[in-house]
Amino acid sequence: MSRVLTVWLAGLALTVAAQVSQVAQAAITLTDDRGAQHRWDQPPARIVSLLPSLTETLCDMGACARLVGVDRYSNFPATVQALPHLGGLDDVSVERVVALRPDVVVASPSSRVVDRLSALGIAVVVLDPRTQADVERVALKLGQMVGQPEAGPRLWRRLQAQIGAAAQSVPPQARGLRVYYEVDSAPYAAGASSFIGDLLAQMGLVNIVPANMGPFPKLNPEFVVRADPQLILVSARQEQALPQRPGWAGISAVKQRHICGFSAEQRDVLSRPGPRLGEAAHIMAACVRRMTAGQP
Amino acid sequence: MSHGMDRVPGWRPWQVGLALLVLTLALLAVGVAVGSTGWSPPWREANALAQQILWEIRLPRSLGAWLAGALLGLSGAVAQGLFRNPLADPYLLGSSSGAALGVAAFLVFTGTSPTVADWALRLGLTGAAFVGAVGAVLLTLSLARGVQHTLRLLLGGVVVGVVMGAVAALVMLLEPDTLRAMQAFTLGTTGFLGWGSVALMAPVLALAWGLSALASRGLDALSLGDATARSLGVPMLAVRVVLVGAMALATGTAVAQAGLISFVGLAAPHLVRGRVAGTHGAWLGLSVLAGGALLLVADVLARWVWAPQELPVGVITAVVGGAYLLWRMHRQGSAS
Repeated sequence: MSRVLTVWLAGLALTVAAQVSQVAQAAITLTDDRGAQHRWDQPPARIVSLLPSLTETLCDMGACARLVGVDRYSNFPATVQALPHLGGLDDVSVERVVALRPDVVVASPSSRVVDRLSALGIAVVVLDPRTQADVERVALKLGQMVGQPEAGPRLWRRLQAQIGAAAQSVPPQARGLRVYYEVDSAPYAAGASSFIGDLLAQMGLVNIVPANMGPFPKLNPEFVVRADPQLILVSARQEQALPQRPGWAGISAVKQRHICGFSAEQRDVLSRPGPRLGEAAHIMAACVRRMTAGQP
Repeated sequence: MSHGMDRVPGWRPWQVGLALLVLTLALLAVGVAVGSTGWSPPWREANALAQQILWEIRLPRSLGAWLAGALLGLSGAVAQGLFRNPLADPYLLGSSSGAALGVAAFLVFTGTSPTVADWALRLGLTGAAFVGAVGAVLLTLSLARGVQHTLRLLLGGVVVGVVMGAVAALVMLLEPDTLRAMQAFTLGTTGFLGWGSVALMAPVLALAWGLSALASRGLDALSLGDATARSLGVPMLAVRVVLVGAMALATGTAVAQAGLISFVGLAAPHLVRGRVAGTHGAWLGLSVLAGGALLLVADVLARWVWAPQELPVGVITAVVGGAYLLWRMHRQGSAS
């Protein structure tokens, strides 16, 4: 009798212990990019994303249905366009975010609303994707956050395979070409230390803007003329204007029309350090193939 | 205000003018020698690239910066003479913001970027800036109910400037694609000034300068008071219309080419005022030369300080011009 009881008690204790340990496992902890600690007992069910690349990463991990609001510029995948759009980097509506009762808000450190939302007691996970290494880290953290720790590494492996395949498709004579990637016509360039710079390097191209100038420096236009890029990647609306810029008609890429003008949709893909990085690599590779076609 | 009947101790206008011309030539030489690699005079490297950079980039850019500054100096002097107010300038009267709104609206509705080089678009851009500048000045004048009341005028200008700036920001939000280029534009930028811009600004400067020089005798009379001016037979309405038009034309053209640049219009007339005894005509001319020299200095610094990266030129004029005006206020305060 007492043996039966003992066994039963032991069994009960084991079950309880197992359940406790399961609960402990289910609790999610996360340190974000400003060093803040977060802890949830359940994976957050209501998520607000205030950066397009974070929105895309979450959706890629199958957490799209958990999004309850996004920033003004999040437009991919198409389903997020039906969600409430809450503003840009400078003008997020705090009230509307609060009204959505999110379990977590994911945002970039340059979003002005981070401190305000934190002060209101909302968990704000700050993530700062700037380089490809950042993309891996952000994917890892978001995967942990939504309770799918394997999703981050899986996404990263897929991206690496896609980028590798794109790099393979670049013809050998394109390797070593000097390239200028214009982010905006002020002119702001994508430097070697940006995620775009990473992609260019992986395609075997040589960025005219070295890493020590920062990720997106504002250049003296003369710098570009002096560096004489052989390939220019720019927005489609600027493509026609390049030869008319003072002195730019003499640049090799402009003379030989080795200019890839990207549409707004393509630029969205190229300018977001997220799960479409592989697609961005393929867009770049296609541009390089087109420009070097028919050359020895 | 210096006019013919004052005996202000100082230099003669032609002496100051000559000094400013020499300074301008020296600055042009420096401007041609400074580029994305810092100090790199083209006469040291004789290759084709250096020649191309000299003739197609540095020379038009330096001349363009000078012309934009000259236009702003002219419109500042016109505003200060016309409104008999040493604080009047295209920035404070709201006309710069009006011009910027015109530019922003034009860019968004035509889907182009502020650094566009196409000739027809540049002309359209300048027209839009002119319309915006005129509109803003008229709005300021109607808010201030005329030019007589200095405080009302400046308050009206500040209000119009803020509102126009806000509307321009709103318009820019519609086009997130060009937000960064727009931001550079609102900070003032001389980076893409080429021969096209020079060819546009030079005749406009000649026209606006000529018009205001013609009307400057009206300014001389005006500085004696409205009643005296009328009794001297000066057609005050015509003088005012011509001067407001010239000011808006100069401001709009400068803003359309180089963006919002503060303090040049305010500081240039101040730099020459009080040092020179002479008529408004002489003062206008000297303000043109001083404004050109000021913006050219700022442009050279913008290229040089952080080469090969570039600072927005408007930031430099704001810092340098603001410091200069503070120093003047301080000196005046301690002198009285």
